[in-house]
Amino acid sequence: MNKSRREFIKLSAIGAGGLVLANPLLNAMIGQVNAAEPMDASKIKRFPTYCEVCFWKCAGWVYTDEKGEIWKIEGNEDDPHSNGRFCPRGTGGLGMYNDPDRLKTPLMRVEENGKQTFKEVSWDKAFRFIAEKMNKIKEESGPESLALFKHGSGGAHFGKLFKAFGSKNITAPSYAQCRGPREVGFNTTFGSNINSPEPVDLENTKCLVLIGNHIGENMHNSHVQEMSKAIDRGATIITVDPRLSTAASKSKYWLPIKPATDIALLLAWMNVIVSEELYDKKYIEQYAYGLEDLQAHVADKTPEWAEKITSISADVIRQTAREMAFHAPATLIHPGRHVTWYGDDTQRLRAMAMLNALLGSWGRKGGFYFPEKAKVASYPHPGYPPVNWTWKDHLDGTYALAGSSIANVFVDMSHPDNESDYKIKGWFVVGTNLISTIPDTKRTLEAIQNLDLLVVVDTMPMEITGYADIILPECTYLERYDDMRVSPNRFPNVAVRVPAVKTKYLSKPSDWIVRKLAKKLKLSKHFNYESYGEVIDWQLKQMGSSLAEMKEKGVLKMERKSPMFIEADDYHEFGTSTGMIELYSLDLEMEGFDPIPNYTPHPEPPTGYYRLNYGRAPMHTFGRTANNPNLNELMSENSLWVNPFVAADNNLENGQEVWLKNQDGVVSDFPIKVRVTERIGKDNVYMVHGFGRANKKLKRSFGKGISDSQLITNVMVDPVMGGTGMRGNFVSFVTDKPESEVVS
Amino acid sequence: MRYAMVIDTKKCVGCSDCVVACQNENRVPIGYCRDWVIEHAKGTFPNVSIELRSERCNHCENSPCVRCCPTGASHYKDGGLVKVTRHECIGCGACVQSCPYDARYSHPDGFVDKCTFCHHRLAEGKLPSCVSVCPTECMYFGDLDDKESKVYQLLQNRDWKVLAPEVGTKPHVYYLI
Repeated sequence: MNKSRREFIKLSAIGAGGLVLANPLLNAMIGQVNAAEPMDASKIKRFPTYCEVCFWKCAGWVYTDEKGEIWKIEGNEDDPHSNGRFCPRGTGGLGMYNDPDRLKTPLMRVEENGKQTFKEVSWDKAFRFIAEKMNKIKEESGPESLALFKHGSGGAHFGKLFKAFGSKNITAPSYAQCRGPREVGFNTTFGSNINSPEPVDLENTKCLVLIGNHIGENMHNSHVQEMSKAIDRGATIITVDPRLSTAASKSKYWLPIKPATDIALLLAWMNVIVSEELYDKKYIEQYAYGLEDLQAHVADKTPEWAEKITSISADVIRQTAREMAFHAPATLIHPGRHVTWYGDDTQRLRAMAMLNALLGSWGRKGGFYFPEKAKVASYPHPGYPPVNWTWKDHLDGTYALAGSSIANVFVDMSHPDNESDYKIKGWFVVGTNLISTIPDTKRTLEAIQNLDLLVVVDTMPMEITGYADIILPECTYLERYDDMRVSPNRFPNVAVRVPAVKTKYLSKPSDWIVRKLAKKLKLSKHFNYESYGEVIDWQLKQMGSSLAEMKEKGVLKMERKSPMFIEADDYHEFGTSTGMIELYSLDLEMEGFDPIPNYTPHPEPPTGYYRLNYGRAPMHTFGRTANNPNLNELMSENSLWVNPFVAADNNLENGQEVWLKNQDGVVSDFPIKVRVTERIGKDNVYMVHGFGRANKKLKRSFGKGISDSQLITNVMVDPVMGGTGMRGNFVSFVTDKPESEVVS
Repeated sequence: MRYAMVIDTKKCVGCSDCVVACQNENRVPIGYCRDWVIEHAKGTFPNVSIELRSERCNHCENSPCVRCCPTGASHYKDGGLVKVTRHECIGCGACVQSCPYDARYSHPDGFVDKCTFCHHRLAEGKLPSCVSVCPTECMYFGDLDDKESKVYQLLQNRDWKVLAPEVGTKPHVYYLI
């Protein structure tokens, strides 16, 4: 392995050909227009879209002004994800289009005078290069040796290309680095996944329980809206979080739990509900399997037992359990989203599912509704070729309960230490910055060095783009068609996205990139259309609508076919092996795991170290938005939340810059400003994820704040489904600028 | 008619959507804003609470900015709106100094700018842009002289405060607490 073969290109030659910032209009585009002079209303146009700034995919309208430039983006009132109200990121989505740091042209890694650099190349040259490399990999190791990492709408187009080429090794970090454990935890209990958006009936809930879920800081739009309505209705909110999150500040009960002890609390809550016979007797009798096993299991998990572990008083545990039972079945233990914390996450999420089961909230008003999804026909194409192997063959039965592919396993399959017969030789990375999304960056980089091809497709330069052999500039969602948004909800619906403005620079939509590359690979028969608008129009016509109609409506709502909740005299069949709600999981037992969750203690921070916790800010989506001119302005760097006692112990002042060193000796590239606050306890520190960008091409966000991912080197893998637990890392403060500081 | 904005601090999550929506709607240059969000924390861990609130021009009934404007560019409009006529503004900045809420800024094009309660939208029968975008619906806008209005009802039925009442400006932005 040649270590220097794929070095991170620091000062790239983007713009060496004169493309960059040569455009005098650029300043006008980032807001330097005359303010609020009356516009000619007759020249204002609107185009339907759904947002791509996060995965919630709210449908809305893009308004363009008399010059055809984007004026504003607003929610679509018929859309159940936004209800006509976009969140700050969606409202600021135009910053993605206007950002002058965008990728502008295809770039190829070349060596000039002994130094690696990126050179601007034509799209045609880029496609010839990629097709040649792909064919070589196919010839030498089979098409399955190419893997796709994707996130967002652009990735879907590449998924089709991969299947046509002969590989089903397709993955997304949104599973094993985020919501995977909850899918398995709920599936083993109710025989049903949670999916996105979560089918929680916040609108009608009387008691909302949040376990480390910071709604309001995670700006999952319709859930934030519904939580606000719940506050208006006087619903009880119980928030378990070591930090006074925004949601905690609006809660009747805030339980500032000792980090990593949530399962003990959940077991104690179940102990109270079972021993005081507060559970939904009729529902449990009719639908649940394993109540007696659960009763025996939690008999000694008393609130007094849990108090010693969690630091939450036994009285509060009893009181909150009784309050949950009082409001049941309109009590909702929200499954959350980013749940890869300590490696036993599937079991924690299962305990949450079981608590919901005892309260009878699954399939009940104020708990979980049964979502429905619109059926959209596939655009006709020839069948995909069969594949000889997938990631599942590499795992050979491990993580059998994982319902989706595991991105970190793809890294393992690409790593030089992979001794299995299933080796990955080339990556396409579309819309996901793997350096930040998959923990243990060192291992990811070792895998990258071992590749024969790394293609990165994105709208922005990111850390991952620095390691690419070739970078393809995707245009933003505001400039393209994509597949319709089809997501499960209270009512089936679809939303369309059409281009509101012409593609900027030489960037192109993913569907165009895929079609052109397919031509070079002689796979054009799979992509038999000239514009993706044709595909959507065909699909809509199968549903009795059309693209023309949808340009006026944006969202198409349909009637439900089945009841939203379990009806009183109905008998509901669950998707588990017993057909019942499994309080005792046969699937977990069969795979050799605890059929009922157990609490196991996790390591504590050593003296002088504090647990590193991280989360979201409402105006940012991970690292994607850090450089967005509109959103960067609202929050341009993260800060380190530190309790005043911890600050005093370490002689830290508010606003002081510190570097962080983790338990493995890794020191952050950049410093972070200390925020001394009473909102956090003494055993942990907290920062918002997505900052500390290390790519200098991100002019606004480079070196601002710290990337938590860099400090997450202790990864606790969930034995059930392969998820990467990331909250077992401990940091200490470094107040003098470290000599070894690496600023790329 | 007395226009008023009522903001429920119990629902605001501090997301700053009101800031971005206003910037787009009113073409406020990047780096400036007509509204902003404040967080106040009280108490000590774990007995701690926070208040989040979106702030802007209070469209005061007794506005120091109107009083001190040498050209009359700052003036009252129907419904108690406080507005700035751009072509009459000489950009002296006296009003910026006089505002106890720091709600005005000097626009790079040479005039002073601030929240108008989206006067141009009111004329079309729409709500101010911040009110209509807010995901938590924590902001309400209406006429305090109309006893049926939501803003009137809320002030009747909930505890509320205004900012810096001691300076006697009689603000028209109210915070439910």
